[in-house]
Amino acid sequence: MTPLSYSELRQRTRERDRSLRDKVTTLEDAVRLVQNGDHVAVGGCTASRTPFALIWALVRAQKHDLTVSRSIVSTEGDIFYASGLSRHIITSWFSQGIVWGVSKVMRAYTESKRARFEEWSHMAMGLRYRAGAMGVPFMPMRSMLGSDVLARVSGDEGPADAAFAAAKTMECPFTGETLLLVPALNPDVAIIHVQRCDAYGNAQLDGLTFMDIDIAMAANRVILTTERVVSNEQIRRHPDQTKIGFFTVDAVVEVPFGSAPHECYGLYEPFYSHMDLYAQMTARDPEAGAQAYLERFYHEPKNWADYLNRIGMAELLDAQRRGSGIYDD
Amino acid sequence: MTTERARAGLSLAPVPGYTGSELLAVMSGRLLKDGQTVFAGVGIPLLAAILAQKTHAPGLTILFEGGVIGPFVEAGKLPPSTNEQRCTRRANMLVSITEVLLMLQRGYVDVGFMGGAQIDRFGNLNSSFIGDPNAPKIRLPGTGGGNDIASLADMIVAMKHEKRRFVEKVDFITSPGFLDGGQTRAERGLPAGGMFRVVTDLGILGFDDTSRAMTVVALHPGVSAQDIKANTGFDIPVPADVPTTEAPTPEELAILRELDPQQLYTA
Repeated sequence: MTPLSYSELRQRTRERDRSLRDKVTTLEDAVRLVQNGDHVAVGGCTASRTPFALIWALVRAQKHDLTVSRSIVSTEGDIFYASGLSRHIITSWFSQGIVWGVSKVMRAYTESKRARFEEWSHMAMGLRYRAGAMGVPFMPMRSMLGSDVLARVSGDEGPADAAFAAAKTMECPFTGETLLLVPALNPDVAIIHVQRCDAYGNAQLDGLTFMDIDIAMAANRVILTTERVVSNEQIRRHPDQTKIGFFTVDAVVEVPFGSAPHECYGLYEPFYSHMDLYAQMTARDPEAGAQAYLERFYHEPKNWADYLNRIGMAELLDAQRRGSGIYDD
Repeated sequence: MTTERARAGLSLAPVPGYTGSELLAVMSGRLLKDGQTVFAGVGIPLLAAILAQKTHAPGLTILFEGGVIGPFVEAGKLPPSTNEQRCTRRANMLVSITEVLLMLQRGYVDVGFMGGAQIDRFGNLNSSFIGDPNAPKIRLPGTGGGNDIASLADMIVAMKHEKRRFVEKVDFITSPGFLDGGQTRAERGLPAGGMFRVVTDLGILGFDDTSRAMTVVALHPGVSAQDIKANTGFDIPVPADVPTTEAPTPEELAILRELDPQQLYTA
């Protein structure tokens, strides 16, 4: 129940090959960087830039017992629970999306206590990753105080829910005010989907960056999936656009439509009809529905292209048309 | 749930009168002032904020927790959450989630504006658990940015007025109101912000300056004090001289229906 010690954090970083080298690999090879039991941080937020291709490969590799953290969890959370990849998710909000209502799969697993949904505030998630990114054990903040969200992840008798460390209050040594200290998250692995990066892992993000820059800095290993691998020359022409540096990255996998059926800013919007299909499949019998979905879209496809085939060309083109519409102005 | 048909823009013909959700959007939108910065959740808060931009508050700056500062969302293209590209249209600035939430802590947000599932006498909100948190009847989606917004900004909450939603004490305090009333909010480390108004389909509610208990500020047209009391799960005082709000205008309703032709949020 204590965060990684500073010497251990430094040791893990020292041991990595952080040189400027070609890191391009396949989904199947990249998932070998994830060990059962690892803490995996997931980039993006809700239905945006979810690294679905990597999650898909983790399911197919039958990984299990991961502790997963993310800013906000959408349908990939259901996939984590239903596939057995993870039964412990740390996040601030968990459901498919407000227009689809509360996730029935999440409810089925958490209400029967077969899975844990550890709830922190959104800002707490952000500052926990930031503390990890800064190499300090905690960050002070001013929300969560007085709430039951705090009570469940702190408390004198031990928290009801806190996988790595509990939150603590303190009296500020300068002002005497009450502050909340939230413990650093230094994930074993971060999985992040980006619009483009080079073979070394210099990633340029368009639009919303969510918590991804801090997650990459906080993690002990980073796997990038990218819509396109571009040349290092192209990266060097616009270094101000580089948001994740090569030195944090361990593997790069080129996966077009790598966050389908979620959105990738400027390229495609969420695949709404497919999201509706998922909601329908999990509406009546959430667990059986989720298993049927996993079978059809995770286990049966021959490869990622076949997964996209099963979602359907019409859906893909519609999502792409809407996605590129952001630049219509 | 939305349908393929609705997304294709095959919307229903406008109905006479207005829905409860439309009433909520109009009444809460009127509370926003030109020049303010409002941190808005998706759904009714977003609709109300855009309505205000298009009527009396063209200079209203909207913040979304996805990291968006000052967007103008396009009619008919409402975002499904505050984290998709539709939220960013014509924004002044995009930042990380953590950065936009820190704007609350730094004090750059005038109004926090969100929906609610369950609220109590002191304005505490629950969006985490129905029933005992250790053996819940329903596990709800959780706080998202709700706790941060309610901890750090003056709040407007828009929600349906039902007895099961307006309870003596919430099952779980996800987003803090005035906690146990009086000075308890400040005493427990939250010196800034607090509940300002709760807008429902029956009226507009506020909070007593001293006790911090919920009171009635105004009733909507055709609503009686008895209607409010009958739909509230605790004793709520209604002043004898309580005013009545002005009904939604045809202009306000027309703007709302153009914004949300598929009735994603206003059905």
